[in-house]
Amino acid sequence: MADHQFAQSPAGAQAERDLLARTPHVITPGHTYETITETISHVVMSKRTPLGWFLGFGIAFILLMILNMTIGNLLLTGIGIWGNNIPVGWAFDIINFVWWIGIGHAGTLISAILLLFRQQWRTSINRFAEAMTLFAVACAAMFPLLHTGRPWLAIYWLFPYPNVMGLWPQFRSPLIWDVFAVSTYGTVSALFWFTGLVPDMATLRDRAKSRAAQTIYGMLSLGWRGSAKHWQRYETAYLLLAGISTPLVLSVHSVVSFDFAVSVLPGWHATIFPPYFVAGAIYSGFAMVMTLAIPLRKFYGLEDFITMRHIHNMTKVMLATGMIVAYGYANEAFFSWFSGNPYEAYMMYNRMAGPYAVFYWSLISINAVMIQLFWFRSVRDNIPLLFVLSLFVNVGMWLERFIIIVTSLHRDFLPSSWDMYAPTRWDFGMFAGTIGLFLALFFLFIRFLPAIAIFEMRTLVEPEPSERPGAV
Amino acid sequence: MSHDAAAATIHGLMAEFDDPKALVHAAEKARLAGYKHLDAYTPIPVEELEEALGLRRTRLPIAVFIGGVCGGLGGFALEYWTQAIAYPMNIGGRPYNSWPQFIPVVFELTVLGSALTAFVGMWALNKLPQPYHPVFNVPEFARASTDRFFLCIEATDPRFDPGGTKQFLEGLRPLGVSEVAP
Repeated sequence: MADHQFAQSPAGAQAERDLLARTPHVITPGHTYETITETISHVVMSKRTPLGWFLGFGIAFILLMILNMTIGNLLLTGIGIWGNNIPVGWAFDIINFVWWIGIGHAGTLISAILLLFRQQWRTSINRFAEAMTLFAVACAAMFPLLHTGRPWLAIYWLFPYPNVMGLWPQFRSPLIWDVFAVSTYGTVSALFWFTGLVPDMATLRDRAKSRAAQTIYGMLSLGWRGSAKHWQRYETAYLLLAGISTPLVLSVHSVVSFDFAVSVLPGWHATIFPPYFVAGAIYSGFAMVMTLAIPLRKFYGLEDFITMRHIHNMTKVMLATGMIVAYGYANEAFFSWFSGNPYEAYMMYNRMAGPYAVFYWSLISINAVMIQLFWFRSVRDNIPLLFVLSLFVNVGMWLERFIIIVTSLHRDFLPSSWDMYAPTRWDFGMFAGTIGLFLALFFLFIRFLPAIAIFEMRTLVEPEPSERPGAV
Repeated sequence: MSHDAAAATIHGLMAEFDDPKALVHAAEKARLAGYKHLDAYTPIPVEELEEALGLRRTRLPIAVFIGGVCGGLGGFALEYWTQAIAYPMNIGGRPYNSWPQFIPVVFELTVLGSALTAFVGMWALNKLPQPYHPVFNVPEFARASTDRFFLCIEATDPRFDPGGTKQFLEGLRPLGVSEVAP
């Protein structure tokens, strides 16, 4: 919205009109309660499933089966099938964990932080961004859990429950903080998401034609009837959950960064890590929201609700957070020199000119150089290009975690224990498999649940003045 | 409430409107006319209804605060007991009660406690899930989740009288007034 003071001079008024004319709407004008409800619920209520859905779900399903195969082999053989071994004791398992958790962060930012800041444009993307969060957390959680090799024997390391050995988790360890942060994050995201879904489930219940759909959506709606008394508590609870989720989302990636920052390893032991990780998480998460939103709005004809305004704003958030991440890289490089510590200096030299240098420079060229394209309006208007760029950002953020983890571990203090790391096909299988799980869940979500929050979209409608005489 | 024969046979009378302003106006009139047992049903949250219906502020925030405090204290108690009493271990010479390292878990459990309270508390205060409610007996009510706004005066209200209340509701110029079967 344009500033009011802006309009006090004639030139200012003209500038304000120009700005408003150039700012796309959050929702295309002319929609009513009924058309919004129909357009969004049609995707779910329609009997015909588009062929493209089967195609996409089929690909995701194949990848999901690869995940099952990888996990099967992992449990039968052990984690020796992965490429990580001392000195690189952590590799794909933690890279992918951090990558997925980071992606999830944009969902919470959109649903909670932008709600507190009264950003109306969040309304049309918050539902599927939250779903993305949940599915990303599910994918992320799989890596540390399976890295224990025998997860059913290992839970006494993770959760404090009275066991026959009298052992308790080590609460001074960041890994335990991580368990609590991620499980709280998953739980709160699920509660928030389900709470948001309930009024929409009531809408689907009332519109469903088949008995089965009426029953299932009816049960999921909890008998929601839109009572004013209920809405009052509902809105309070929703706002409270948003307020609670805001510090939570900032804490989760900070705690993830503590996994590294609390150690003494050059390349990990840095105080910049928490803010730099949080910014990176939001940056990669918005890239994933963009990757999902662009095909979604196209194939389901939702361009009226996910407008250019959303695309522009997401690009701008990516630009801002991407620049913070780039600052993080510069800061790391500066302090490795400024510290005067030879191990720190070598770590940076090894990143820039060592055996993994090609990944370091790819990462810099994506996350620091390529994102400068987002300054240009012509780029922000070019949807196919943005789709490609958002995929690149996903790759860039994956490379960032690879560089932080592998280059710091493979050559540390003692040259006699230096070694190289290479992933095996099982590493790639598991990573591809979680992408399959994520996409399969997402395809099921858009087919069976409203991908856009219907009741929140209705609040964006300005009702036409009633034409009946006497009505106020 | 069987002081009135009609009260036993119907849940109440419901007027249907097609925009939130008309509903708020009607709710205000009904409250001013002295009706106490009334509720409005809307497809979107309508903030003005709180005042129009004279709803009290919800106690939910206090419950959430208590839930958060319990979560945090519970988290600290868990950490203190396991690390300093049940199985004390010397880790790098740090004190058994190394509270600065306990902060992240205390924080996360504070969040978890308050979020669970907000979620469970909201549904419990709303008395949901509730599989059956009389308002669903009105066929028009199916649109209450799309684009219709309803005001229901319940038969339990002391001022409720089938004829008079119906007349009153019709005076508010709704799209229609229906009887709600119990």
